[in-house]
Amino acid sequence: MAVKVVIPTPLRQFTAKQESVDLEAKTVGEALNSLTSRYADLRKHLYSEDGRLRSFVNVYVNDEDIRFLQKEKTALTQGDTISIVPSIAGGAGR
Amino acid sequence: MLKLGHSLIEKIHAHGERDYPNECCGALLGREEGADRIVTGLMPFANQRGDSPKNRFSIAPLDVQMAEDEAKKKGCNLIGWYHSHPDAPARPSEFDREHAWPWYSYVIFQVEKGEAREMRSWRLNEDRTRYAEEGIEYIASA
Repeated sequence: MAVKVVIPTPLRQFTAKQESVDLEAKTVGEALNSLTSRYADLRKHLYSEDGRLRSFVNVYVNDEDIRFLQKEKTALTQGDTISIVPSIAGGAGR
Repeated sequence: MLKLGHSLIEKIHAHGERDYPNECCGALLGREEGADRIVTGLMPFANQRGDSPKNRFSIAPLDVQMAEDEAKKKGCNLIGWYHSHPDAPARPSEFDREHAWPWYSYVIFQVEKGEAREMRSWRLNEDRTRYAEEGIEYIASA
């Protein structure tokens, strides 16, 4: 399926400044794999060392959070838009 | 260098003092000029960490999207975030580093016993191992 992945501003430095990337994928996992194969420096910002999507990385398929779908196994259809949207977290952490 | 006007600093300080002893948080809107970033506006947000607001903060993805949209509307960019460290130094904690995005400017300021103190700005390096301090230049207005 031809789909589009929308890249958030802080990660565009790793995608040659592109706001979105077009690629072929059948699932969200495949799309993110294809994206991070093409732009390898993205991987460590999206995935933790154990290979899971980081907690502050939110992925939507056409505005639906994949956590409420089938997560990375969510199937894609032709023309879907996948958006990577940051949440922001931190704190003094004592 | 992050250029920040006095009136915006006062607003950030007031937000931190109002929310003390909890952490406050908000977005920095602005523009890039060469290697510098100029902050032209703020968007304060409610700290979503109801379970541990004194030493944690979070901003939901919908609020991040709202800040992006607002920046676009104003013809500027969402360039970073500010948050307070109540009774803790104005430098990133390990928790801050683990949750940071690259590129954004992270302004952190100490609020000591309810009074805003030192403010510093930081940017995560590309391999996520550490933060580099970004100098703050205080300007009359943006």
